[in-house]
Amino acid sequence: MEKTYYNPDDLKKFGNVGDYQKELADKFFDYYGAVFADSSLSAKEKSIIALAVAHAVQCPYCIDAYTQDSLEKGFSEEQMMEAVHVATAIRGGASLVHGVQMMNKVDKLTM
Amino acid sequence: MKSLIAQSHSLADPEVQLDVINNHSEKVKNFDKFQKKLNEIGLFPLLPTGIEIFQINVGYMCNMTCKHCHVDAGPDRKEIMTRETLEYCLEAIRTSGIETVDLTGGAPEMNPHFRWFVDEASKLNKQIIVRSNLTILDTKKFEDLPRFMAERGVEITCSLPFYNKRRTDAQRGEGTYEKSVKILKMLNEIGYGKEQEGLRLNLVYNPVGAFLPADQKSLKQDYKERLWKDHGIIFNDLFTITNLPISRYLNFLLTSGNLEEYMEKLVTSFNPSAAMGVMCRNTISIGWDGTLYDCDFNQMLKLRTNHGAPDHIKNWDLKKLNSREIVVNQHCYGCTAGAGSSCGGSVT
Repeated sequence: MEKTYYNPDDLKKFGNVGDYQKELADKFFDYYGAVFADSSLSAKEKSIIALAVAHAVQCPYCIDAYTQDSLEKGFSEEQMMEAVHVATAIRGGASLVHGVQMMNKVDKLTM
Repeated sequence: MKSLIAQSHSLADPEVQLDVINNHSEKVKNFDKFQKKLNEIGLFPLLPTGIEIFQINVGYMCNMTCKHCHVDAGPDRKEIMTRETLEYCLEAIRTSGIETVDLTGGAPEMNPHFRWFVDEASKLNKQIIVRSNLTILDTKKFEDLPRFMAERGVEITCSLPFYNKRRTDAQRGEGTYEKSVKILKMLNEIGYGKEQEGLRLNLVYNPVGAFLPADQKSLKQDYKERLWKDHGIIFNDLFTITNLPISRYLNFLLTSGNLEEYMEKLVTSFNPSAAMGVMCRNTISIGWDGTLYDCDFNQMLKLRTNHGAPDHIKNWDLKKLNSREIVVNQHCYGCTAGAGSSCGGSVT
């Protein structure tokens, strides 16, 4: 067994998932390509969204890939960090908004 | 910071650089040779489409020592083109009908014969481009140069690797962004960058790190918006230029552990359309000592024109040079990756 769960070189082997199930892998990668193409949103806009989502789902492969991609799409460090803060705000907000549920329960249980 | 050559650094030797980009590791060794890639698309040997740009490197001396510089230029470099060699250049320009004269360096303004040469070239009614680092124009000795160039209709193409201070100063040294902004404002004041004045002011973007340039059109829009909003600066065009893995940039790739990944990126991003439009096909590069090269990068690797073509300005022969075979090596992948790269920006 590898000493670490994540190996940066594994990202380049992503396509190998098709070795075990080609049909679904092909569908996924076709879909993936279509998602990131210029459309109603530009490929550039999609790149910074992907960077934020990568942080929200804490995927190290995606963070590496979309950090590089964001730089190559012309984003500044400040813009990239603001995108991470958007992910952070949503994640933090998702926890905090549950505080209302806690408050509801407190109201019910207490005098 | 000293140049690599002043540090007696091994990478100051072009042969060492070529060895690194060909043989650094098993992975690097296994990348397809550039020649093979050209062969696969029927472009080898790579032939000129006809020389349209006469690019003279008038010397490696510079007031700056940028981290990515492919020339390894700096204040400690003393190589400067003599007036005699510049006269040979003028004669070649005069007899060849080439329309564009592109002056680069180092800081081309630091050549003591710069003003004389620009005067002479402008009398020939050529398009003259000066590649300026901007900061040189913020010195007492050169402060009158912008007006001198404006009066002669010189096009200024200048380095500004990003529209903010962080990245600009990271690549070019602390304080560069502020000085660059000051000079760009002054160039605007005397008419540069304004369509109606006809004085062209172009900016050059180089990635500040181990990644490829952004889309030129999109980045130009970002620069236009940010420089206008932040400083009231206008300019005509933005050229995105890929960093080639040579000299100081190669040193950065090695010391930061990015060489293999970057070379892989260049190789896997090979674009046949970009290969069709590489600048060496319509450019000739003249070194400070008069030696001829297919481009400024080959010049720094001391890969002179070959295959029977003249290799010195004293032996200028347009017909022979237009039918030469261009010398290629692994660094050439830098000009064919993605949208391609040239001194005039992307090529596709």
